[in-house]
Amino acid sequence: MEALATWLFDPYQFEFMRRALLVLAITSVVGGVVGTFVVHKGMAFSGDALAHSTLAGVSIAFVAGMNVSIGALIAAVVTALGISWTRERARVSYDTAIGILFVAMFSLGVLVISTRTTYTPDLFSFVFGDILGVSRSDVIAAAVLAGALLLFVGACYRQLLFVAFDPAMARTVGVRARFFEYALLVMIAVAVVVALKAIGIVLVNAMLIIPAATASLVSSRFQRIMGLSVVLAFIASVSGLHLSYHAGVAASPAIVLSGCTLFIAGLGWRRWRGRPTRPVEARAAA
Amino acid sequence: MAHDPAVTSATHIPAREPLAPEHEHLGAVALEVRHLTAGYPGFPPAIEDINLRVPVGELVGLIGPNGAGKSTLFKAILGLVHPTAGQALAFGVPVREARDRIAYMPQVEEVDWDFPVSVLDVVLMGRYRAFRPFQRWTRADREASMAALERTQLAQFAQRQVGQLSGGQRRRVLMARAIARGARLLLLDEPFAGLDAAVQHDLVQILDGLAAEGKAILVATHDLSCVANSCDEAICLNRRVIAAGPSAEVLTAEVLTTTFQRHLLTVPRTDIMQFVTSPGVAGVGGED
Repeated sequence: MEALATWLFDPYQFEFMRRALLVLAITSVVGGVVGTFVVHKGMAFSGDALAHSTLAGVSIAFVAGMNVSIGALIAAVVTALGISWTRERARVSYDTAIGILFVAMFSLGVLVISTRTTYTPDLFSFVFGDILGVSRSDVIAAAVLAGALLLFVGACYRQLLFVAFDPAMARTVGVRARFFEYALLVMIAVAVVVALKAIGIVLVNAMLIIPAATASLVSSRFQRIMGLSVVLAFIASVSGLHLSYHAGVAASPAIVLSGCTLFIAGLGWRRWRGRPTRPVEARAAA
Repeated sequence: MAHDPAVTSATHIPAREPLAPEHEHLGAVALEVRHLTAGYPGFPPAIEDINLRVPVGELVGLIGPNGAGKSTLFKAILGLVHPTAGQALAFGVPVREARDRIAYMPQVEEVDWDFPVSVLDVVLMGRYRAFRPFQRWTRADREASMAALERTQLAQFAQRQVGQLSGGQRRRVLMARAIARGARLLLLDEPFAGLDAAVQHDLVQILDGLAAEGKAILVATHDLSCVANSCDEAICLNRRVIAAGPSAEVLTAEVLTTTFQRHLLTVPRTDIMQFVTSPGVAGVGGED
C-alpha cells in the first residue's frame, strides 16, 4: 500500500511534475469537450490538420523571437477559418480544403525552420511535446484559453449541438449555422494550442479523438460522452505521466498509448455488455 | 409550362370540413410562392418559375418524380438554397421573418442517425426559438415535445438513442420534431418514403388531425395513392408546376404522364395507381 502511495505521489514532490499534471488536467477537460464534437461530427482530420498547421506559427514566432504559443494560436485559427473559406469559395469538399491548407501551413513551417542553420531544441519540443518543460506562464496561458473555450461552449451548447447534428434544420429555425461551423473549427484550434506544448504537434490530435471515441463506446448520450471523455483523458494522462516518470520514457507517446489501451478496454466492455443492434420496433413487437 | 386549364379548377372546393370558428383568424393562405426559380451554381435551375399557394387547414401533396425539384423547392422556400428569382411568403411576410411559425421535416437520409442524442433531444430541437446564452429547455418545451411524441406514438422511446429506431420510427421522430415546434405551416419532405401501408395510414391520420386544427401542410411525396386519397390539393412538379388544384381534378392520366414523363395506368376501382413503362421508354415500371 505504501509502495503504491509512493509510486503515485512521489513524482509530485517536483514543481515541474505538478505543473505537468495541472496542464494535463486542463488539456483533458478541453480535449474531452471539444473531442466529443470532433468525433461525432466526423472532424478528426480537421484536428490533425490544425495541429500540423501550428508548425507555421510556431516556427515563424520562434524565428522572430515572439511568443511561440501565440504564433501557434494565430496559425491554427487562420487555418480553421481558411478551411471554411476555401471550401465555400473554391467549392471543393471539406477534406480537400483541409488537405490543401494543412500541407500549405506545414510546408511553411518546415520552410522557415530550414532557414535556421543551428539545431533548435526549443522548436522541436513543440513538435514532439515537452510535458516536463511546461512553464508557469504556459499553464496560465492554457488555463485562460481553456476558460474562454468552456465559457463559449456553455453559452452556446444548444446551438453547437444542433449544428453538429442537423445543420440544415438548425438554419431553418434561425440558428446561425455558418457561424457555429466556423466556431467549431476555432474551438478545435484552441484545444490544439492548449495541448500543444505538453503533447506536441504530431500527437496532439490523439487528445481530441481517443478519449471521446472511447467514451462513445460506453455511452450514447452526448453530454455523458463529454463528461466521460474528460475523465478518460485525465486517466490516460496520469497513467502516461507516471509511466514516463518511473520507466524513463517520453511522456507524450506514453499518454497516447495509455489512451489507446483504454480504447481497447472500451471495445472489450462494449462486446461484454453487448449494445442493442436490432431496431427497437422489432424488439417491441417480439 | 403554365398550368393546364384542363386539369386545374378555378374555384377550389376543400375536401375537408371548413375550419372551426376558433381557427378562422389564421387567415386564408399560409404559404405563397411567387415565380420562384432556384438551383445550384453551374447547373440549369432545378426549379423554375414556381407559383403555388398552400391554404390554412389543408393538406397539400407535392408530387413529382425523382429529380423533379421537390426538395430544392422546400430548400428554396426555407432559404437553404438561394433563389435566383421570385420569393416565398409565409402568412404574408418573407419566410425568414416567419421562422417561428414554420416547421420543416427534412428527408430521413439527411440526418446523422448515429449521433449520440435521444429521441426526446431531437424533438426538443424543434422548440428552438432565438439565441439566448446559457439557455436550457423549459418545462413547457419538454411538455410540448412529449405531447408530440405521444401523438406520433413514440413516447415510450423518448430516452432511446435515435440510431436504435427503425426507418418508420425515424420518420415519426422528425415529424414529432416538426409538430413540437407548434408551427402553423409544416413542410414535410418525403415523410412516407419506404413505409408500409399501415404506417403510412397512421401518419396520414396524424396529418389529417393537424390540418383540422388549422395547420397548413405541404407534403412532398412520390406516393400517388396517398395524394389521391388523403390530400385536399395536389401540386404536380417537374422543374415547373405542371398542374395544381383539388387532388381529384389534378391527378388525371394526362397530367401524371406529363409529370412523370411516362405513361401511367390508373385503376380507379381500387384507387390503386401503378406505373407501366410505355413501349420504347427505358426504365423500370416501379421506379418513380
